[in-house]
Amino acid sequence: MITNSKSESREKYQAFIDAGFKHTTRFFAFAVLALLAGIIAELFIGALPSIKAFGFGFFTSSDWDPVNVQFGSLVSVYGTLATSLIAILIGIPVSFGIALYLTEISPPWLKRPLGVAIELLAGIPSIIYGMWGLFVFAPKLADTLQPWLIDHLGPLPVIGVLFQGAPMGIGMLTAGIILAIMIIPFIASVMRDVFEIVPPTLKESAYAVGCTTWEVVWHVVLPYTRIGVVGGVLLGLGRALGETMAVTFVIGNAQHLSFSLLDPGSSIASTLANEFNEAFGKVYTSALIELGLIMFLITFVVLAFSKLLLYKLSKREGEKS
Amino acid sequence: MESTKSQKAKIEVRNLDFYYGKYHALRSINLSIPEKMVTAFIGPSGCGKSTLLRTMNCMYSLYPHQRAAGEIVIDGENILDGKRDLNSLRARIGMVFQKPTPFPMSIYDNIAFGVKLHERLNRSDMDDRVEWALKKAALWDEVKDKLKQNGNSLSGGQQQRLCIARGIAVKPEVLLLDEPASALDPISTAKVEELITELKDDYTIVIVTHNMQQAARVSDYTAYLYLGELIEFGETTSIFTTPKQKATEDYITGRFG
Amino acid sequence: MNLYTKRRIINAVNLSLSMAAMAFGLFWLGWILWTLIDHGFSSISMDVFTKITPAPGSNGGLLNAIAGSLFMTVAGIAIGTPIGIFAGIYLAEYGQRGWLAPATRFINDILLSAPSLVIGLFVYQIFVASTHHFSGWAGSFALALIVIPVVVRTTENMLKLVPNSLREAAAALGAHQWRVILFVTLRASKAGIVTGILLALSRISGETAPLLFTALNNSFWNANMNAPMANLPVVIFQFTMSPYDDWHKLAWVGALLITFGVLGLNILTRVLFRSKTNLH
Repeated sequence: MITNSKSESREKYQAFIDAGFKHTTRFFAFAVLALLAGIIAELFIGALPSIKAFGFGFFTSSDWDPVNVQFGSLVSVYGTLATSLIAILIGIPVSFGIALYLTEISPPWLKRPLGVAIELLAGIPSIIYGMWGLFVFAPKLADTLQPWLIDHLGPLPVIGVLFQGAPMGIGMLTAGIILAIMIIPFIASVMRDVFEIVPPTLKESAYAVGCTTWEVVWHVVLPYTRIGVVGGVLLGLGRALGETMAVTFVIGNAQHLSFSLLDPGSSIASTLANEFNEAFGKVYTSALIELGLIMFLITFVVLAFSKLLLYKLSKREGEKS
Repeated sequence: MESTKSQKAKIEVRNLDFYYGKYHALRSINLSIPEKMVTAFIGPSGCGKSTLLRTMNCMYSLYPHQRAAGEIVIDGENILDGKRDLNSLRARIGMVFQKPTPFPMSIYDNIAFGVKLHERLNRSDMDDRVEWALKKAALWDEVKDKLKQNGNSLSGGQQQRLCIARGIAVKPEVLLLDEPASALDPISTAKVEELITELKDDYTIVIVTHNMQQAARVSDYTAYLYLGELIEFGETTSIFTTPKQKATEDYITGRFG
Repeated sequence: MNLYTKRRIINAVNLSLSMAAMAFGLFWLGWILWTLIDHGFSSISMDVFTKITPAPGSNGGLLNAIAGSLFMTVAGIAIGTPIGIFAGIYLAEYGQRGWLAPATRFINDILLSAPSLVIGLFVYQIFVASTHHFSGWAGSFALALIVIPVVVRTTENMLKLVPNSLREAAAALGAHQWRVILFVTLRASKAGIVTGILLALSRISGETAPLLFTALNNSFWNANMNAPMANLPVVIFQFTMSPYDDWHKLAWVGALLITFGVLGLNILTRVLFRSKTNLH
């Protein structure tokens, strides 16, 4: 039996390293939490001068006037929400179609390459989307889709207001479409993953009563994975709300409120990217930081919901197995 | 009680209860494991035989919701009293698992890993120790030319013997074997069983098995557990020929289990 | 119409739409990659790699931007990786009890998808605003903050794939937990963790927004991390937004380099490690 003093001191040394190692890992785990707190705190401190100057009016005012130091977030917030909404409206059906194709239709040998191709779409840096959007995609839209929208939807009551103006290419619609392309791989990948957790026997029993592939997906797979699908959509929305470079290139960067999706506008992110380094004066910079804080809080809430839903789904699955 | 070697107890289990969270997995177990003998735990799945084995080196302490009460006395010391240093305790008690668990390193380093934890050896002493352990585990001839290869490159049976060698290399007094042959083919199983018989000259061996023939072949003593209770414990020959309990008889004759 | 016919038609229509959605996705990938090759390839020359960014109308390359990007990405990975690995080890190996691990896991998952622009603002606030100048270090620091969540997530996932029996086997030999982790579990998941680092690398290689507020840009050759530093993404941004044709050409070359670098890394990680790890 080994209990001499030498091995005891060695034992103490080992126990010391053990505790040190554990606390080091714990420290860095805590640092991740502290990072989030730090971000919110720093942005809040940075935003204080603007919060003091404009108070709640910052949310209702559409002014953005550096010369007279009058700032409001309405234009940027509208642009952020409008572009993200367009992105989600296009993104949901397309992502669903892609996930459906990858899980149910694709021949097995094509699954992997096609899955990788869609994921590569998510790998392209956002600045590339922006550049391509500005030089290639926007001019194409100005020649094709936009004149058609103005002619056919513009005269309609109510929604007509969204399609007024000249076909310039750049604007909120273009930004929304590009955002849609960017978030499709994220939503599709979550949907594919949650579709794959459906127990094969469940699908087989649906096929066994004579369901078509579509009926199996619509009546069995989708209800079974509903919370995961919503989680995936929210994840895409969170991405769209915070996306910067792709939007900055094509949204037009106009600080006046217009409801038409064809007009140039601004999103929170594009305003920051364009103006932050040229901002003069404390209040101007502070107003920009307040915009950043608003954006972070909105995306935080959306992403938190998304994660909670996805956790709920995986917990449910964990309990079953 | 020094008259016969078989009477000397290496491990004494006294009033042992074990809990997985709220689930009461072992109920007041009392048992003496004789030194330098092979003791087998048998019983249907879920009866607590692996759990009992895993309390003997405090493996449960890795998990937050597992708890043991009672005493396990090894050489006069109660290892459950929380005063022991588990790491040096575990140096005295080797363990081999159901599935082979070679570490992600070379065959040589697999053996040396455990040794380095408890002793400082120079290069040639370490070489000798590795060779000794591999010979003891009847693996030396098969691997002596590829000691630098990854442990995962061996076959399943070889991996299991590597794990036994790794346990022996630390020079423990007790070997705990948790269904060591259940994942192996018949030929590898025979080799492992042969090895167990050879090793009992030097070590106190406790083996959990669901294979009754195996228990009959390799063990000197057998304990039959059912639903967390120790039903019967005695010499293997008497357990298998003249069991005292009806439940034991039903189990070993295959009427149940 | 016969009920069966109707059901079959609905099925056929919807499955065709699904295929169309797949084609829709691939169409953009193809179009964007083709555009990059079409615009960027013809302008690639040795000058791109040997000369620094030019004034409008003169001859130049992207040397300072490429070098700056390399410096800052390497520094970002070097700072972020150890932090991420340590935190990931905590989540996987020590996180069974207490509130810290679940909370960190949740926040980390959010940071993984949080807008990188905000990271830039944060680093600007704590770094640039107090030192009063943009710098390569500030840029590296911002990139490191983007690396951390990616590495935390992959490290935790990969460590959790290691079977518990391996941990038990090492503990049964009497190894302390730090040794079990460093020499057994971490080693067993090495390939997966390297994949995570490569993914983080591909992620930050194209990041623009956080660098805009931290490293800014520099028209000259600069290897001093304490000064503003040129980098490919910001150069692409500024050159694209400019009215000069030769700057546009260089921006396309930069875009081509970044995209194929990033996609190459993506594909490489998939070849290296086929099992997939989720990063969303």
